[in-house]
Amino acid sequence: MSDLQDRIKDVIEKEPVTLFMKGTPQFVMCGNSDRALRALREAGAPVTAVDVLPDPSIRQELQELSGWPTIPQVFVGGELIGGADITQELAETGELEKKLEEKLGTDYKSKAEEKTISVV
Amino acid sequence: MATEWLEQLLRQAFPDADELRVDDRTGGGDHFQVTVASPRFDGLPLIDQHRLVNAALAEPLSDGTIHELRIRTKGTA
Repeated sequence: MSDLQDRIKDVIEKEPVTLFMKGTPQFVMCGNSDRALRALREAGAPVTAVDVLPDPSIRQELQELSGWPTIPQVFVGGELIGGADITQELAETGELEKKLEEKLGTDYKSKAEEKTISVV
Repeated sequence: MATEWLEQLLRQAFPDADELRVDDRTGGGDHFQVTVASPRFDGLPLIDQHRLVNAALAEPLSDGTIHELRIRTKGTA
């Protein structure tokens, strides 16, 4: 496993909710990343964003790790939830909040904050 | 045309699909919405349903044919 893949894995395992996206929450560069971010915000989730655009290898290593071919990718408590469509659909049915409670505890909304971290 | 190719790949992967549609969302031939209803999805979590669709479209996803993909899956149960 490469150093970069190690760092990506570390983020996924340590952060409550990780969103791999194109751009940052302040400057979203893709419609699907925006949909995933909105769904997480609506569910009151803490969001740790990782921009995949600075280096193409982030995307490659992430795909190798998760087996998921597209961006965005949402992880909750170390588990891949899916891309924009799944995150949005789970948010609409209320299942996303249930998943967040199950993985992060029922008071997860009180700890909700948004941050962006870099893996390169 | 990419739309026909994607549809063909999905038909091969889901020969028993009740509904199968590929829409070119922007007309540019690289932003797609795919809709698949198949008994294969019955009882599967959403993430595994999407994994099956992603697997069927592995080639156009990796060679850059698909720039953006939206997936809608439905079981038949």
